[in-house]
Amino acid sequence: MNKSLYVTFLFFSLLLLQVFVFNNILFLGYINPYIYIAFVIFNPLKEERFSFLFLSFLLGLFLDFFSDSGGINAFSLLFVAYIRLFLIRVIFKKTSLDYLLFNLRNEPFGKVFNFVIITIVIHHFLLFLIASFSFNNISSILFQTLYSSIFTAILFFLGTSLLRNKK
Amino acid sequence: MQQIAYFIQKYKYFLFFVFLSAIALGLTINNNDFHKSKFISSANSITGGLYEKSTQLTEYLHLKSYNKELIDENTLLKNQLDLLKIRLDSATEVTVIDSLKYHQKYSYVAGRIIKNDYHKQNNFLLIDLGSNQGVLSEMAVMNSRGLIGITDQVNKKYARVQSILNSNSKINARLKNSFHFGTLVWNGKNYNKVQLIDIPRQANVQIGDTIITGGKSTIFPEGILIGTVQEINHNNALSEIDIKLFNDMSNIGYVYVVKNLDKSEIKSLENTENE
Repeated sequence: MNKSLYVTFLFFSLLLLQVFVFNNILFLGYINPYIYIAFVIFNPLKEERFSFLFLSFLLGLFLDFFSDSGGINAFSLLFVAYIRLFLIRVIFKKTSLDYLLFNLRNEPFGKVFNFVIITIVIHHFLLFLIASFSFNNISSILFQTLYSSIFTAILFFLGTSLLRNKK
Repeated sequence: MQQIAYFIQKYKYFLFFVFLSAIALGLTINNNDFHKSKFISSANSITGGLYEKSTQLTEYLHLKSYNKELIDENTLLKNQLDLLKIRLDSATEVTVIDSLKYHQKYSYVAGRIIKNDYHKQNNFLLIDLGSNQGVLSEMAVMNSRGLIGITDQVNKKYARVQSILNSNSKINARLKNSFHFGTLVWNGKNYNKVQLIDIPRQANVQIGDTIITGGKSTIFPEGILIGTVQEINHNNALSEIDIKLFNDMSNIGYVYVVKNLDKSEIKSLENTENE
């Protein structure tokens, strides 16, 4: 598939899914999956990163528009977008020569699992920390991060396995 | 010069990242300030329109509870009307001036909630009323079961409401059976409970007492229901009272926006007092 078309499709489908489906789940009253983080995980690797960083920022900003939350989604998604390359270098031991052929499907599941979980936890922790804007209720931030991360991870792996079986 | 160019070349992604995150953090800080949150709000035509479409789809699921609410309110109003009729019948004087019309202080507009949040630290709702319907910033929003919030961002067709479940909301409230008043805030933990602070110590508060709005602001009429006292913490000089809301904030559909017809008069008086 054409890569820019794929990114555009990913952008809008994740935006609408998150706003109209996943923001309304509220399992046990406050646990939500933040599945739009798949944009950062699935985005094709490139040496040039301006467009990727900017699109991640934009996706977060659009989510903030919908949920009246200032810039918390924009910041947390931008942050994981920025550190994605470091994570891939550390976990998958890739150099800049491998970027073009890199595909999560061809990597061993254990490494992919580590990569996804670390991304999700960092993103969720930042999201809840900036949303409450203080360290006063750090315990509730940590619990929210834990529960929501588990929920997001389950949905993410279920979703990817479903989509993979079709192909 | 070459050094600077080399530096920018080397850290260009990092500089771009810092630039974008500064924007994001700036927006977050602005959003915490009631009067500054101009840029990012769902009260614009694109997000408002999309939310309205999705509400039209899901509204049918809640029709039963909305009907129940309406019937309850009708019963209450009919009872009050009968009470008034009895009083009017027994009065022998015939007043020529229609006092209702001349002393009306508030008028109500009915609207529908098209987006509701209650699980975040700072919650906002979106209603399908805007300046076309005469709704302006800083107007009270309520329903038959009690208080909901205050409008802040308004455009032609939609208005954003700062919910009472918002850590920046501060609302004047008092006990129903005495005139001791305090401030209503929310600690962000449970969406069924808000906190009443700054209530004087000599106020005799019992568990189960009803809390209503105090009417000491130009926004709220006096006597809008809020909730009942659930727990009283007297551990320090400032007592904090937990209040269970009458409204289930996770399940609200139709609301009234309260317009204060005397607002400009009251405001002008308050301004002369300050000078």
